[in-house]
Amino acid sequence: MSNIINLPKIPIGKWVDAFVVFLSTYFGGFFDLVTEVGETIIVSFSDALLWAPPIITILVLAGLIGLLTNYKIALGTTIGLLLIYNLGMWEPGMNTLALVLSSTVLALVIGIPIGILTAWNDLADRISRPVLDFMQTMPPFVYLVPAVILFDIGEVPAMVATVIFAMPPVIRLTGLGIRQVPAELIEAAKAFGSTRHQMLIKVQIPLALPTIMAGINQCIMLALSMVVIAAMIGAGGLGGEVLRGLQRLDVPRGFESGLAIVIVAIILDRITQNIKVRRGAKAS
Amino acid sequence: MAESYEKQTIERDTEVEKKIVVRVLSKIFGDHPMKALKLIKEGLSKEEIRAKTRQTVGVYDANFEVFAGEVFVLMGLSGSGKSTLMRCLNRLIEPTSGEIFIDGQDIMKLDDVGLLELRRKTASMVFQRFALFPHRTVISNVAFGLEIQGMAEQERLEKAQQVLDMVGLKQWANAYPDQLSGGMQQRVGLARALANDPDILLMDEAFSALDPLIRREMQGELLALQSKVNKTIIFVTHDLDEALRIGDRIALMKDGHIVQIGTPEDILTNPADEYVRKFVEDVDMTKILVAEGVMKKPAEAVALKEGPRVALRAMREAGISSIFVVDKERRLQGIVTAEDAFQAQEQGAKDLTEIVQSDVPLATPETPISELIPVLADSRFPVAVIDADRKLLGVIVRGALLAGMVKKAGEVQ
Repeated sequence: MSNIINLPKIPIGKWVDAFVVFLSTYFGGFFDLVTEVGETIIVSFSDALLWAPPIITILVLAGLIGLLTNYKIALGTTIGLLLIYNLGMWEPGMNTLALVLSSTVLALVIGIPIGILTAWNDLADRISRPVLDFMQTMPPFVYLVPAVILFDIGEVPAMVATVIFAMPPVIRLTGLGIRQVPAELIEAAKAFGSTRHQMLIKVQIPLALPTIMAGINQCIMLALSMVVIAAMIGAGGLGGEVLRGLQRLDVPRGFESGLAIVIVAIILDRITQNIKVRRGAKAS
Repeated sequence: MAESYEKQTIERDTEVEKKIVVRVLSKIFGDHPMKALKLIKEGLSKEEIRAKTRQTVGVYDANFEVFAGEVFVLMGLSGSGKSTLMRCLNRLIEPTSGEIFIDGQDIMKLDDVGLLELRRKTASMVFQRFALFPHRTVISNVAFGLEIQGMAEQERLEKAQQVLDMVGLKQWANAYPDQLSGGMQQRVGLARALANDPDILLMDEAFSALDPLIRREMQGELLALQSKVNKTIIFVTHDLDEALRIGDRIALMKDGHIVQIGTPEDILTNPADEYVRKFVEDVDMTKILVAEGVMKKPAEAVALKEGPRVALRAMREAGISSIFVVDKERRLQGIVTAEDAFQAQEQGAKDLTEIVQSDVPLATPETPISELIPVLADSRFPVAVIDADRKLLGVIVRGALLAGMVKKAGEVQ
């Protein structure tokens, strides 16, 4: 083809490489800091999950989930986690969960404020739209490359790739939820002398909460799928088990670890879809 | 307009009693408001200006004042600028030009903090579609304004409960707005506005979303409440009957202009132009006209110490069959009929004390005619119109009532 059009190849790849080298040369300190913070977060989560004997952890989790949602989901969670324990997938399962939770927390901490900004500011909205489109159409594999170059292999680059991959729905749905708050309620809040901050905390976020929750649900599901893929760059966990099963054509192991992933996915999905949102804030 | 403006400017120093003063206020929607303002001064209509400059005239050259404790109605069809004008008062809509004074303070010069203070303490709003927060209970909705001001929870809930009691929703404190009927929701809206204890209530088509029966009931309740709390109320409506019923004064708006300001009776009997005339054509005059408008003045009357002979002569001259009796200060004592006076004269009575009847139908100058019609139908005496000291101001007889109504109706049409 290049012969026909008679043009040299545009060196996009080289430019990106040069940029990455530039980043790691001049901002190495920054990336080291991110690595340290990221590791601390992940390790705290997995330590917490693996600290007590599995049975105790399962009961505590079931209790918490029962409080947050209802007894049916708590019961289902107990059975699912017991199965994972029985399959011998407890440790990789909890590592995966820790990675999903830390990535989700980061994605929310970054994504929700950005979402609020896009709702308040039309310029921010116009800038964020194409960026989010780009982020969501990019295949998840591609995120792994710069993550590895900047952070080496391991759990931190996996988390960074996951945060970037899982964040767009949080931003979008937060922005959408806040924009959807009826104008008359905004006017009422204003007429009673609300500051912008009070408006956000007392009116906009509570009313946008069902939509934001949908964003959080999607974020968690995307995070889980990315964490599995990130096993390729050394994230370990259940994804690592699947990968090992693949490499050795070990069907039982591959299937069992795959089943464990499905169980974790269902548990996370059920919880986020059924978290009790205060009455009245139902989607309408 | 310029003339009246100058006159009003001179009066400004004496405006202490006036709660709200609005001067040459205009609001143009669009990017080039000054262009539109210029064109409108040249006499172009709203439509022409929209076509030429793509600017929309919301309000133009509004001048009025509202007195403390008054119910001031802004009335007009949709698009007449009445809601826009009201929102300029607390700057939910930023006016393009003009001045607004509340308690003598220039609202246009307020900074952000001052503006919040105005909205929190001085003027509260009630909305057409209630605009209650669906995620909050009724009491938490009512306490919203106090919460925004940073009042402690215990205190603000107590206050909110008091206001809820006042609007008759005592037991509904912990319900959610969507469990309430429309009328009840708007009572919550009203309670939310009253909880701040503001001097001014801004009510934007507050009862328009309610069905007619509930609407009438709410109007009555508002008036009853108003007699207790005595706020200054700006009430926006497109419903003339509503305006006439609750307004102390009405400003009638058309295409962003105030066409006429006056009491309900002013507007009905002296419409400023063809537009107002058309607007008020269908009004039921008996509900609006009051006794003062149709009474005969001065009333025929005789003094108590005058004899039956004098009374008979007065009746004969006036062509009536009974006559009111008053004392030296013209305070009403009763009535004597021609029959009784004739008998008393035969018996040689010196004064009217023996034959005076105190059972006279009474009215104040403000009594609406609709209330007088049944009284007149039942009574063989005319109605005496008296003031608070029982002084006789006038008399309404059946024929005069009809004549008065026909005359007023004729003036209107």
